[in-house]
Amino acid sequence: MSGSPQPGSAPRILVFSTINISDPGIDLAGSRHLEYPATVQTMPVPCSSGLKPSWLIHALEKGFDGVFVASDGEECSYLPDCAERTSHIIAKTQELMAAKGIPAQRLKMAAVCSVCAEPFAKYMIEFSEALKRLDADASVAS
Amino acid sequence: MTEQKPAEEAKANPEDRRIGVYICHCGGNISDYVDVEAVRDALVDEPGVVVSTTELFACSDGTQHDMIDAIKAKGLDGLVVASCSPKLHQVTFRNVANRAGMNPYAYTQANVREQASWAHQHDRAGATEKVIGLVRSAVAKTRLSDELHPLRFDTVQRSLVVGGGITGLRAAIGLADIGLEAVVVEKAPEVGGWMGRFGASFPSEASGKDQIASLMAQIKDRRDITVYTSAELTSKAGTFGNYTVGITLHRDGGDKELSLDVGSIVVATGFDSYNPDDGEYGYGMDGVVTLPEFKELIDTAPAVGKLSYQGRPVRSVAYIYCVGSRQGAGGNEYCSKFCCTSAIHSSLLVNKIDPSIRQFHLYRDIRAYGKFELEYGASRGAGSTYLKFADDAPPTVEKLPKGGLGVTVTDLLTASREVILPVDLVVLVTGMVPRQNKSLIDLLKLPVGTDGFFNEIHPKLRPVETVVDGVMIAGCCQAPRTAAESVQAGLAAVAQSAALLKKGYAELEPLVAKIDPDKCVGSGECLSVCPYESITMIEWDGRQIASVDPSTCKGCGGCVPLCGVDAIDLLGYTDAQMRSAIEELISAEAPTKAEAVKEPVS
Ligand SMILES: Cc1cc2nc3c(=O)[nH]c(=O)nc-3n(C[C@H](O)[C@H](O)[C@H](O)COP(=O)(O)OP(=O)(O)OC[C@H]3O[C@@H](n4cnc5c(N)ncnc54)[C@H](O)[C@@H]3O)c2cc1C
Repeated sequence: MSGSPQPGSAPRILVFSTINISDPGIDLAGSRHLEYPATVQTMPVPCSSGLKPSWLIHALEKGFDGVFVASDGEECSYLPDCAERTSHIIAKTQELMAAKGIPAQRLKMAAVCSVCAEPFAKYMIEFSEALKRLDADASVAS
Repeated sequence: MTEQKPAEEAKANPEDRRIGVYICHCGGNISDYVDVEAVRDALVDEPGVVVSTTELFACSDGTQHDMIDAIKAKGLDGLVVASCSPKLHQVTFRNVANRAGMNPYAYTQANVREQASWAHQHDRAGATEKVIGLVRSAVAKTRLSDELHPLRFDTVQRSLVVGGGITGLRAAIGLADIGLEAVVVEKAPEVGGWMGRFGASFPSEASGKDQIASLMAQIKDRRDITVYTSAELTSKAGTFGNYTVGITLHRDGGDKELSLDVGSIVVATGFDSYNPDDGEYGYGMDGVVTLPEFKELIDTAPAVGKLSYQGRPVRSVAYIYCVGSRQGAGGNEYCSKFCCTSAIHSSLLVNKIDPSIRQFHLYRDIRAYGKFELEYGASRGAGSTYLKFADDAPPTVEKLPKGGLGVTVTDLLTASREVILPVDLVVLVTGMVPRQNKSLIDLLKLPVGTDGFFNEIHPKLRPVETVVDGVMIAGCCQAPRTAAESVQAGLAAVAQSAALLKKGYAELEPLVAKIDPDKCVGSGECLSVCPYESITMIEWDGRQIASVDPSTCKGCGGCVPLCGVDAIDLLGYTDAQMRSAIEELISAEAPTKAEAVKEPVS
């Protein structure tokens, strides 16, 4: 697991977005030229309830410094209990992360709606800053 | 219905795939901020990539032809286009693959405009690295793509409309006009819904009753529309394009059952009017009425003369707006949209009956949007008085000792003075609430929003479709709105029905869940997690395993993480594809601060 990125580099973040709801929100952030770090990568899936905890762990182990699940929240058109299901996936992933010694702060979830351009850009900037602080704290501690 | 061809196993060696990668400049929308040549060069040696090239406009006709030629000449079996959002051109490039004889599901679009060049306009190095990752990741997905085929079946040229209000009736005529037989099922003994009860209605003064009568006159002349009243939809089987529905006709001699094949279902079941609680703004007191009750009073009054209530003349009216709407957290938070205009319009009608009646409008905000603003102006011009109250200081209603009603309000427009208005009648301008329709919701699996109205897939881009293929929603069952807006949605559902059915056949996306019979241990856990009941147990090789019906699976993947033995894959997003795509995303070097020189772009 990466955990400690190259000195000076921005934290690498993987966002799992959803095709119908959060991905259009992320598209809108781009259409409105709202800037966020280019080290944020996005991977769309139909619904956040379909994410396997093992994929989130895989991303962290392969070198992403943080994983962000941009969930459908209440808007999900497939599953009425999508928010609950996604929270359960996050909780399960956090258990696995704890077992592997990966700090829980490296995983975040928030509902991103199809017009949530500004909140998305803001989340990315904040998450990136939080990961930088996490790494700075870790390097002080070590 | 033809069976879906089983998905072939991924090629033995994915690295032997022959993939074409096209990186689009999009004029300069991408190439001004991303070094597309560097992306092309980074992809050249990627395993399985045979073509890596840049194009000025990948979506142009000329480039599409060139792609088709290259696919044929070089025997490509996979295609990746790095361009705009897949929402814009996924279908375009899947068609390119199709026209070239390539499996369209071997196409992957990398979204490098909305999600890269446009979002990182001041970080060319960073954006370029990001795009390299996104394109490699798309190549990884294509490398592991299965050969998939849409499920194709014949469509029935008939639609069912549930609800015979103005939305449903107009939709039925639209369906017949477009060449689809229409069957309307109306629960009440009469068609017409709310509009069928009203006289003069906005805009203009056309009567709701007359409009419904004119729709019914058109329907009676047509053999391709059947209307059943006192009828309900009671069963549904099959899949979109080819549903078999059961209709129960409630008749004097007992219920009669009908069975019918239909291709699509348009739900136009409307709304209910908000019913105030006892004592809410004096509701229950003699002289306090709701908006529908007031409309009835106006409709039964003479054209010119007196307005009376319970035999008593009405000389003054106070309207209290936003009753049952905009209630704040826990209540009906939405604006009901039609009611400001309806109250204003009603006051103009009252004015015509007897101009000497004094009318007071107690409002929070007036939302007479668009052309309805003119009615607002006309009502003020005709003498109506408007008083604005604060959200947290609603008016109160009491009985006056001398008879009549007293409405107390603090008017923000006159230096927040408290005013007591003695009036004969108080009209509560009641909004809309979702209609109780539990059995229909359960039967059709209609998605219900937190406000209780039905949810479309996307409010702008897919405004009448639901996640249940072939089931559309239209009118006030979706949200509060005017009759004209309801009818527009009804006609959108007509167009959508035609788009689904008129070709004579339909295809379902094959990106559905698939169970690996070797891994499945038959625990049955996944059966209960699918709200669409797409998973059943089957006998397989002498044991019970789970199986997904591709015609009803919605492809959400919700069952995938819940399988204890990892036996479920969502096609197009398989475990192998996701893992490989994640690895490729991260494989590009992260730009260090020194490299990521910020290049200002004019
Ligand atoms: C007081 C008032 C005044 C208004 N004035 C105006 C106006 O002047 N101008 C204007 O544009 N709009 C006005 N509106 C709004 C207008 O009434 C609605 O926009 C319109 O009625 C919506 O039509 P609809 O067909 O979607 O719903 P509805 O009118 O509610 O019709 C739905 C129909 O579906 C039927 N149904 C329900 N459930 C089932 C089921 N399970 N099976 C079968 N059938 C079912 C119902 O019986 C009903 O006939 C007014 C509304 C109110 C309350």
